[in-house]
Amino acid sequence: MLDRTIILLRSLGHTTINAVWRLGYAGKFFFLTLKSSGTSLRRPHLVVREVYFTGVRSLIIIIVSGLFVGMVLGLQGYETLQRYGASSSLGVMVALALVRELGPVVSALLFASRAGSAITAEIGLMKATEQLSAMEMMAVDPVARVVAPRFWSGVASLPLLTAIFNAMGIYGGYLIGVVLIGLDEGSFWSQMQAGVDFRDDIMNGVIKSFVFGIAVTLIAVFEGYDSPPTAEGVSGATTRTVVISSLVILILDFILTSFMFRGA
Amino acid sequence: MERTTLDLWVGIFIAAGIAAILVLALKVGNFSFNGSNTYEVYAYFDNIGGLKPRAPIKSAGVVVGRVAKIAFDPKQYKAKVTLKIDKQYQFSKDTTASILTSGLLGEQYIGLDMGADEEMLKAGDTITLTQSAIVLEKLIGQFIFNKAGSGNHK
Repeated sequence: MLDRTIILLRSLGHTTINAVWRLGYAGKFFFLTLKSSGTSLRRPHLVVREVYFTGVRSLIIIIVSGLFVGMVLGLQGYETLQRYGASSSLGVMVALALVRELGPVVSALLFASRAGSAITAEIGLMKATEQLSAMEMMAVDPVARVVAPRFWSGVASLPLLTAIFNAMGIYGGYLIGVVLIGLDEGSFWSQMQAGVDFRDDIMNGVIKSFVFGIAVTLIAVFEGYDSPPTAEGVSGATTRTVVISSLVILILDFILTSFMFRGA
Repeated sequence: MERTTLDLWVGIFIAAGIAAILVLALKVGNFSFNGSNTYEVYAYFDNIGGLKPRAPIKSAGVVVGRVAKIAFDPKQYKAKVTLKIDKQYQFSKDTTASILTSGLLGEQYIGLDMGADEEMLKAGDTITLTQSAIVLEKLIGQFIFNKAGSGNHK
């Protein structure tokens, strides 16, 4: 009995120490990435190439999801709002829901599973096939050459993808509200413009997506760089990227929202 | 993938992203009410009811500005409301500011009624003629009080 308890306590301690150690290692890795970002600035083509893989290749999924999320918001919003005779506020509802919450969060989740997992798998495989060690042998810093360009491409891509997601979602809400249901087009747009503030709503959404971009790409590159150099290790790291970044996105979203929109 | 096509796609992506931000700023948000093209005036109210910062300021039903700040003035025991009005609209010095409600349950806003003074409000001026929000509870209380009073005289 006592032995079992000791084993249990020991494994709890081991897990905690491991988690704290990994957190600290990730923090150090973040600073190392920032410190070796000079190469990305001097050779912007490295970043552009990664923007193609993380950003451009995610466009289709972002556009389609944005359109459908907006259309669902339009249908559901109309269903609820018309009970209170406020169906003309559909535009505000769709726009605020997208710009403040759904846009940044859903595109970050999609980005984590579409681009984050790919980054982890790529870096993890590079490590498993000893490409990273080979670079070090040739006096090429793998953090500067491989990690930093991917990090910056993710940070740059996610806000743009979020903006596209928002615009497509609002267009989807417009399709349902105005074209399908037949609400007045003028009041749809004018109420939206009256209800959405540029700095308080749109800019806060952009700030959110920047923070999510940093978090998701950092987790992705760190998990890839830290993955055990085996097939199993890479697949585990890829899964962890998606799980951890989804959780981090939702927790960060709660923290940011509680600072930004305190109902003032 | 050839470098030029790759560059082209990234260019298209960034242009689309910036276009989306512009659409959001101009078509969805009210970008024009920010920045330096507004002027601030102050108004003191006995009771602001449920007025909130960022509530619209309307004149003849048209949005002409937004409430920037609401504070309590400890000297006059009144609410000091800072109004940000679009520079293209000028109002006379004896403009009346009243707190109104759009619809029965709608949001509260400030209505500006033009006066007859020839001088216009400048930045930093104070609107002296104000009308407080109608508080429904007080109204009901008054109604009940009047009812009770008229009952006694019978």
